[in-house]
Amino acid sequence: MELSLFSIDLARRRGMLEAKNLTKQFGGVKAVDDFSFKVKKGTVHAIIGPNGAGKTTLVNMLTGVYSCDSGSVWLDGADVTNTSTDQLVYRGVCRTFQHLEVCGNMTALENVLLGFDRYMSKNILKVSFRTKQIKDDEERYTKRALHLLGLIGIEKHADTLAKNLSYGILKKLEIIRALATSPELILLDEPVAGLNPKETAEVADLIRKLTADDVTIILIEHDMRMVMDLSEYITVMNFGKKLAEGTPTEIKNNPDVIKAYLGGGSFENV
Amino acid sequence: MMSKNIPISKSLLLLSITLVVIPFFLDNDFYYEIAIVALLNAIIASGLNLLMGYAGQISLAHGAFAGLGGYISAILTGHYGLPPLLSIAIALIFMAIFAFILSKPILKLTGHYLAMATLGVGVIINIILNSEEDLTGGADGMSVDSFTIFGFAPDSSWQWYLIAAILLIALLWLSENLINSPLGRILRSLHDSQRAGSSVGIDIAHYKSIIFVISVVIATLAGSLYAFFSGFISPQEASFGHSIELVVMVVLGGMGRLYGSVIGAFIITILPQFLTSFDEYQTLIYGAIIIFVMVFMPNGVISLFDRFGKEKRYA
Repeated sequence: MELSLFSIDLARRRGMLEAKNLTKQFGGVKAVDDFSFKVKKGTVHAIIGPNGAGKTTLVNMLTGVYSCDSGSVWLDGADVTNTSTDQLVYRGVCRTFQHLEVCGNMTALENVLLGFDRYMSKNILKVSFRTKQIKDDEERYTKRALHLLGLIGIEKHADTLAKNLSYGILKKLEIIRALATSPELILLDEPVAGLNPKETAEVADLIRKLTADDVTIILIEHDMRMVMDLSEYITVMNFGKKLAEGTPTEIKNNPDVIKAYLGGGSFENV
Repeated sequence: MMSKNIPISKSLLLLSITLVVIPFFLDNDFYYEIAIVALLNAIIASGLNLLMGYAGQISLAHGAFAGLGGYISAILTGHYGLPPLLSIAIALIFMAIFAFILSKPILKLTGHYLAMATLGVGVIINIILNSEEDLTGGADGMSVDSFTIFGFAPDSSWQWYLIAAILLIALLWLSENLINSPLGRILRSLHDSQRAGSSVGIDIAHYKSIIFVISVVIATLAGSLYAFFSGFISPQEASFGHSIELVVMVVLGGMGRLYGSVIGAFIITILPQFLTSFDEYQTLIYGAIIIFVMVFMPNGVISLFDRFGKEKRYA
């Protein structure tokens, strides 16, 4: 059976995200301050900024982990402000985490299957008696999960407990798990932090494949070479505010960005 | 997997054989009684293990839930003359609803706070059972009518042993299936990373409630059977001490190991009987043994069997 990149083929009509005037305050600190941006469907939109700029807070607001003090989030024209993370998955939005959130006591395969669980029957009677439907589901989605693991070459670790896998593999595993939910829009929070150049290239390749499949990517990353290479559009954050936005070339040459981000010099040296 | 044709696991087969062999060593009714209590405790502990070991949500009230379930069954038969089986069914439904409502506020808490909250619930249940003397007979407890299923009344020890053993085996078989299913995977993910779960569309609160209800229903079933078997129930069954004992069974046997709870239940139920000859040193030795076991077998007594090959990771 020929499997598409995704488990479920969908005409990808969705994946356009817009944030309007988002604000989040922690005590006296405005982590995100009146921040607006718009992500086009099927593109890689990078959000960069120095440490503490509020990038992860922004992702947490977009994905319903934090509630927004003010402002709104729109997905394909629908208001999804403060929609919970798990509900957003049903709208085609999935995320990964800066710090690994992998189930260590489950195998790599099971971690991916967790992403498929929303398609599988979880009826308590059916699972307790392990009906045919449960077995069929398991078989079908195991095949798909192995296929997804193969996309980034970690299928040989399928049966290893996640806690025994290296950091690099787990970072990739998290992305694969997100793919299992057939997302239209993926928010990748520092997907290659701590990965070696080879692994970084593999992740970048996968991201390219995804955008070719019309998936929208919001990329938060400090690896400038990767960001400049992959993104079509970049938004720069500093102190919770939007500092600049534009194409990689525009951003590279923006004096404000260079000053805030690098304290002078040029991106070519990064 | 022993063979693809045998639909049960090696562990379950081994346990079934053991349970068949055990009666040959039970010379009198007293031994039988201890074995039956151990089996019923094993049922509650297995249910608690689903909640604690697999889903990672602690409960210090399972003794109270089992006791309350037993009281409801006993009161419905004793005061209202309902048939025992119907009483148990009503008790199960009532406790399921009770657990569901309770789970909504309580399972928002995690870790120590959840432990404290469940402890509080357990103590409240115990106080109610002690004070509602008209219904429960207060601290003296109440006698329970004898048990009948469709006209058949188990009156000898071996019949009760059989009922409890069959129930335990059935429960373990269902649990094995549950744990290795999509639902089981979700429950295990609650233990490891709830953020991971919600990031792939899992409604964490919903599944926490589900496993809590399942676990309480199992405790209710065993508690009700205990009431009918012993013909007497007192608030002692619903005491904090019993709840703690159940947690110790799960931890001593092996958290997140289905058959560990069975081993834990047998050890914790039987051990005090062996130690009675030590008189006033009994508790001291009991404590020392538990400390010793936990220091040298932090993964539970079940880990002793791991060298013979684990066939299923989660069983």
